[in-house]
Amino acid sequence: MAMEMRLPVARKPLSESLGRESKKHLVVPGDTITTDTGFMRGHGTYMGEEKLIASVAGSVERVNKLICVKALKTRYNGEVGDIVVGRITERRRSAEDELAMRGFLQEGDLISAEVQAVFSDGAVSLHTRSLKYGKLGQGVLVQVSPSLVKRQKTHFHDLPCGASVILGNNGFIWIYPTPEHKEEDAGGFIANLEPVSLADREVISRLRNCIVSLVTQRMMLYDTSILYCYEASLPHPIKDILKPEIMEEIVLETRQRLLEQEG
Amino acid sequence: AEKVYIVHGVQEDLRVDGRGCEDYRCVDVETDVVSNTSGSARVKLGHTDILVGVKAEMGTPKLEKPNEGYLEFFVDCSANATPEFEGRGGDDLGTEIANALYRIFNNKSSVDLKSLCISPREHCWILYVDVLLLECGGNLFDAISIAVKAALFNTRIPRVRVLEDEEGSKDIELSDDPYDCIRLSVENVPCIVTLRKIGYRHVVDATLQEEACPWASLLVSVTSKGVVTCMRKVGKGSLDPESIFEMMETGKRVGKVLHTSLQNILHKEESLGTKRQKVGFLG
Repeated sequence: MAMEMRLPVARKPLSESLGRESKKHLVVPGDTITTDTGFMRGHGTYMGEEKLIASVAGSVERVNKLICVKALKTRYNGEVGDIVVGRITERRRSAEDELAMRGFLQEGDLISAEVQAVFSDGAVSLHTRSLKYGKLGQGVLVQVSPSLVKRQKTHFHDLPCGASVILGNNGFIWIYPTPEHKEEDAGGFIANLEPVSLADREVISRLRNCIVSLVTQRMMLYDTSILYCYEASLPHPIKDILKPEIMEEIVLETRQRLLEQEG
Repeated sequence: AEKVYIVHGVQEDLRVDGRGCEDYRCVDVETDVVSNTSGSARVKLGHTDILVGVKAEMGTPKLEKPNEGYLEFFVDCSANATPEFEGRGGDDLGTEIANALYRIFNNKSSVDLKSLCISPREHCWILYVDVLLLECGGNLFDAISIAVKAALFNTRIPRVRVLEDEEGSKDIELSDDPYDCIRLSVENVPCIVTLRKIGYRHVVDATLQEEACPWASLLVSVTSKGVVTCMRKVGKGSLDPESIFEMMETGKRVGKVLHTSLQNILHKEESLGTKRQKVGFLG
């Protein structure tokens, strides 16, 4: 049994440990981005007094003539076609709802769904009309900032280590053991309550700690980064991954592997 | 279904984040963070963040204990901690925690109250201990007791002398040297270990998700020598007397290790002296 206490250590700025060549142009709301009026305004900017000013805190991205500011930490904005994972808090009551849905979905359940439409006030409407979506059974939920989930073609990933992961665009990540029979109700509405095997549990706990360490080091989350992080963490016992030094070490290794893969 | 997953995991000694049933999360302890108090400490246990400040003031001793000083506890659950604490929601939890702290410090051996007495029946030191919950991430009682112990360790009470005038009226003189102060001995200050019963086993240091499972928990206050000073049951479930005994034994074991780690870290911090970088709140 382990009990570890330590004195707090000030966080090192990330750019020191990375040795990046190009510095990101970081802005805060109210900062001038440029006084050149030839650019088109993108998200996170507005025009004022002949200058382009940032409205969110983040890094400036420039694509030819379009300038936008990508925020570092935002509330989730829904887009049509996004996958989200969420917990049911309230529901509309109507006669048919009472009869049919109660049997399947209760308040407090976790579901995965796709965004169908976005209203002007920001509310989104979801649908679970495909068998891929539906109630989520046994597994672990990790809540992260939505800006760290990379936009990809698919958000359902089956990792070779034995667990599957759903990366919700709203920042809710669901890790669950890969069901053996894929043709059956993968999703559906009937929850499987049998005990999960110890080996699967270890994989899931390790993945959860890896995701938490990637998030603390502000790295983007997608299937390759999670997988590399998992492999880098294998030599350490699962609970050690939460220690700050080991977390930094693993994430540094993951970052290097990703850079090698790109370059 | 998530609760089922958590419960099954605990039975097999593998919790959601990979810890065993008796493992604590990593703890960050820092003392002397608030400069205008007599002593202060900040403890971070996972997502739980607690700040404790101790102020020493002079006052009259209680009537039934004329030779001793005393401690007053006040717990403030900040609205930032969790959304439930908005407005006056945190008051109930605050009074519950304060009552628990009063009980564990209510016996003679925790803190040497006689050393807080200046002149019997007239003057004594009153230590006002203020606990501020900055963030709530599960396992509040343990973190609070660790922070209180660290803050008391850090408390420096100025040395005073009582002078008799010609007419017989007494005058209190504060020593001029700011470093001339008395320190409290926190050898016997107990720490609380919260054991939560989940399924057939019990876990130490429950996270918020584990606390959402509807079982009961046992708060055991243990001193560094393994002596149990106070015990309390919270929660909705019922506990079998045998499991209470088991949980007590685990509490004693875990408590001893907790105390040794805390003593080590406090001595280490003190030995760093002025070379220590203060991280404070902006690190």
